Amino acid sequence: MSQTASRTPIPAVDGWFELEPEPALIGARCVECSTVVFPPPSESTPCPNPRCASDRFESHRLATTGTIWSYTDAQYQPPPPYIPTTDPYEPFALAAVDLADDGLIVLGQVAEGFGVDDLAVGMQVTLVIETLYSDDQHDHLMWRWRPEGDQS
Amino acid sequence: MKHDDVVIAGAGMHPWGKWGRHFSTYGVAAARTALADAGIEWTDVDFIVGGETVRNGYPGYVAGATFAQALGWSGARVATSYAACASGAQAIDVARARIMAGLSEVALVVGADTTPKGFLAPVAGDRWDDPDWLRFRLLGATNPTYFGLYARRRIDLYGATTDDFAHVKVKNARHGLHNPNARYRKEVTTDDVAASPVVADPLRLLDICATSDGGAAVVLCSADYARRLDDARPVRVRGVSTVTPTYPNTVIEMPNFATDSSAVVTPSDTAFRDAIAAAAYAEAGLGPDDVDVAEVYDLSTALELDWYENLQLCGVGEAEKFLRDGHSTIGGRTPVNPSGGLACFGEAVPAQALAQVCELTWQLRGEAGDRQVEGARVGITANQGLFGHGSSVILST
Ligand SMILES: [Zn+2]
Repeated sequence: MSQTASRTPIPAVDGWFELEPEPALIGARCVECSTVVFPPPSESTPCPNPRCASDRFESHRLATTGTIWSYTDAQYQPPPPYIPTTDPYEPFALAAVDLADDGLIVLGQVAEGFGVDDLAVGMQVTLVIETLYSDDQHDHLMWRWRPEGDQS
Repeated sequence: MKHDDVVIAGAGMHPWGKWGRHFSTYGVAAARTALADAGIEWTDVDFIVGGETVRNGYPGYVAGATFAQALGWSGARVATSYAACASGAQAIDVARARIMAGLSEVALVVGADTTPKGFLAPVAGDRWDDPDWLRFRLLGATNPTYFGLYARRRIDLYGATTDDFAHVKVKNARHGLHNPNARYRKEVTTDDVAASPVVADPLRLLDICATSDGGAAVVLCSADYARRLDDARPVRVRGVSTVTPTYPNTVIEMPNFATDSSAVVTPSDTAFRDAIAAAAYAEAGLGPDDVDVAEVYDLSTALELDWYENLQLCGVGEAEKFLRDGHSTIGGRTPVNPSGGLACFGEAVPAQALAQVCELTWQLRGEAGDRQVEGARVGITANQGLFGHGSSVILST
């Protein structure tokens, strides 16, 4: 994936992750019952806990490491609105990652250069931010899961 | 007058395939077959429910009324059910409840669809608040992505092999060989599966169901009405499950990016797919040991194995052994998908939960021909609709 100095990096989706001080997913936490939600709910969305009637959340940074709950790949080019980045299409892997402290599992593509042969259930991964696709003005950034080196 | 017992008086299908006609064509054909099977005139039906699909502006062209108009306006009461893949079961639930309440006597439930080629995908346009659109844009996560995740879990947790997955396909292909309504009627070998390209590791093309056109319909009536019809082979609806998940749902499901969080609320002991079956068993007053035959939702071969456990046909982690021992094959302890399942039919979303009920009706009457499960008296269907729609129907003689 080529990057040129003229393109500005921007998140592919607003408000779901941040780059500073270090890359992290941004969820929300209910101010009443502390339930964690990801992706962050839009305005006036109620708390998903059926025994809580609150609709007030505070921003909550999710853990940046977790373990692979499961994984797969996309050997065929997904249909639109997916935007292919190469021609011909190159498959990519996806992993569902268990963020134990937050008690939830988050799906993401696996970092560039890694495929299913590099993955295993239970393996530790770290959140990274990479370019999902580019257009003339922007590199559209997205979170990905990168296997940690030195796996035993 | 209230009724305790609701029976399936008629069942019918339009053969599944890629026919390219309007969905109401298949629905009307299935409805006419079901009405003829019941020995009932369309004009005797006092309630019609259509299983809805979502396409082209009007959802499913407002399915219940579309079928009613195509059959000829008769003044019947009407409803339309949208529950994604569970639409047919939810439609049956509504019809059954009206009959039990004494508000209707004879109901016609119809589902039909015409499916576009290729991956099921969102309709065009930018919809940044729609998780189903976002998962394609931001993750490239198609439906097989999720099936792949579940399949990989079975390999890791329970020692499943891709050969086990292939054997599900081989079994269902053989079951469906002589089913006149099935789209694919051809033997498949494990080598055929292994030779097909990987779609979503570890699943190959022949592990994943196709998209199809098709229709299915059932006629429901009170047991009193069935006696007047002189129905010598009544099949009773014993339980219908339309449950939603219980928070927190800790299994990642289409079209979501993440599960609910279990950090604050402890998850229920019964996960969503388990709860779908449990509710049907509870309503029917029957249990897994009573079940003689099951029609389950084999969107992927590996997913069928999950359902064996969700229906408690075997213990957790024992599905591969259950399959290998032949228990889910016709002639085995609890044959699963004697119709051939989605492996032989493919998906026609508003019709498939009804197609499962049609198959069980024929099985329980002993009318299933070369795929008959001998002595079947109790059958269960299982299915899951996107966005949290449970679907399970229990029938008995
Ligand atoms: Zn709350």
